[in-house]
Amino acid sequence: MKYVDEYRDESAVQRVLDDIRLNITRPWTIMEVCGGQTHNLVRFGIDELLPKEIELVHGPGCPVCVTPLELIDKALMLAARPDVIFASYGDMLRVPGSHQDLFAVKARGGQVKIVYSPLDAIKLAKQNPDKTIVFFAIGFETTAPANAMALVQARQLSLKNFAVLVSHVTVPPAITAILSSPTSRVQGFLAAGHVCTVMGYWEYEPLAERFHTPIVVTGFEPLDLAQGIRECVLQLEAGQHQVVNAYARSVRREGNRAAQDIINRAFEPCDRAWRGIGVIPMSGYRLREEFADMDAEKRFPEVQAINVQENPVCISGLVLQGLKKPRECPAFGKECTPQHPLGATMVSSEGACAAYFKYRAMATS
Amino acid sequence: MCLGIPGRITEIYELEGRQMGKVDFGDVMKETCLDFVPEAKVGDYCIIHVGFALNILDEKEAMETLELFRQIEEVGQELEPTE
Repeated sequence: MKYVDEYRDESAVQRVLDDIRLNITRPWTIMEVCGGQTHNLVRFGIDELLPKEIELVHGPGCPVCVTPLELIDKALMLAARPDVIFASYGDMLRVPGSHQDLFAVKARGGQVKIVYSPLDAIKLAKQNPDKTIVFFAIGFETTAPANAMALVQARQLSLKNFAVLVSHVTVPPAITAILSSPTSRVQGFLAAGHVCTVMGYWEYEPLAERFHTPIVVTGFEPLDLAQGIRECVLQLEAGQHQVVNAYARSVRREGNRAAQDIINRAFEPCDRAWRGIGVIPMSGYRLREEFADMDAEKRFPEVQAINVQENPVCISGLVLQGLKKPRECPAFGKECTPQHPLGATMVSSEGACAAYFKYRAMATS
Repeated sequence: MCLGIPGRITEIYELEGRQMGKVDFGDVMKETCLDFVPEAKVGDYCIIHVGFALNILDEKEAMETLELFRQIEEVGQELEPTE
């Protein structure tokens, strides 16, 4: 496929890595924000091919991983209702709630449907007028326009049986929280290329300036990842801290205005709790008042009484902040595996623990 | 869920007020909403995420990036010690 194959050229990747090696003089710690990038860095072994001076730490950009336990428990309660069909992206189904996951609810007769697109949830609402379809609207800025479009479409079709459980998060406040933390070791960032495709990268310019930290907008193919790291290292070595776009075929500075408009039509910024991290101010979206009738938490107010407790062994919060690596967890690969995850970073294919388990199983002992 | 992937638009049509298209991912074809890329034409490549096209990939920028990689390669070869 065009736009894929040419960015997987091994010898070109090797040359970019060689160029990093030529230019690096001391150790640097770089965080890739996006779970999709974590996955590909580990999958293609780029983290192991880098000069030893570079430490990559994995950021909180996996929406499945950061969805709070409380929201998972709310999803489980809604999915168990006989009058509800619960529609979700597939990777949420195995995320452990306090006592079970969505697969277990499904096995016990709960109506849980995996959807590829939020518009599939709209189709379910049209086909099942006697049920309420609750769609689990999670994700970063990449998913927000699609989820917002589902709300707009439901309104245009006058669907009364469509509701959403919202857990949307946004990247710039998370970068701010990480860089503001006194324990942060991150010296440069790879910003998520597809989040920036939607939102642009102008929001990152004041962050790079305020924290004196270079931010490189980076794609997902091996050559894109190598080039993002190279641009970051070149800036660090030169003492610079700018926002550089290393994914120009997809990202423009202003982003995609049509997508931003629809996000703003359905959602407004709010404080959000991130699983394992805690509340980050103004780091997410909630429904605007105009769409309050589609808010599953208002339509089924009993979910608001849910009270939760995290598994005490799991260190996913520290992994998500780049403070620990998956292998430092005593449960990694033992009590905690993708089949029986204790925490969300082991669940999603974009979670750091799952990526290490899948591609580094031999090296974990 | 979060992985957007490139595909090629092969057909554009309207459905319930939405601009939709068929997108070829090489091994599979999927229906995709094109509302965020009103400029889309058949033959364009775009990044698709949860059934929505987020952009049209920029051919000129892609060529410039590949040219940059070629230059890095050339510089690398010039600097390589000869035996």
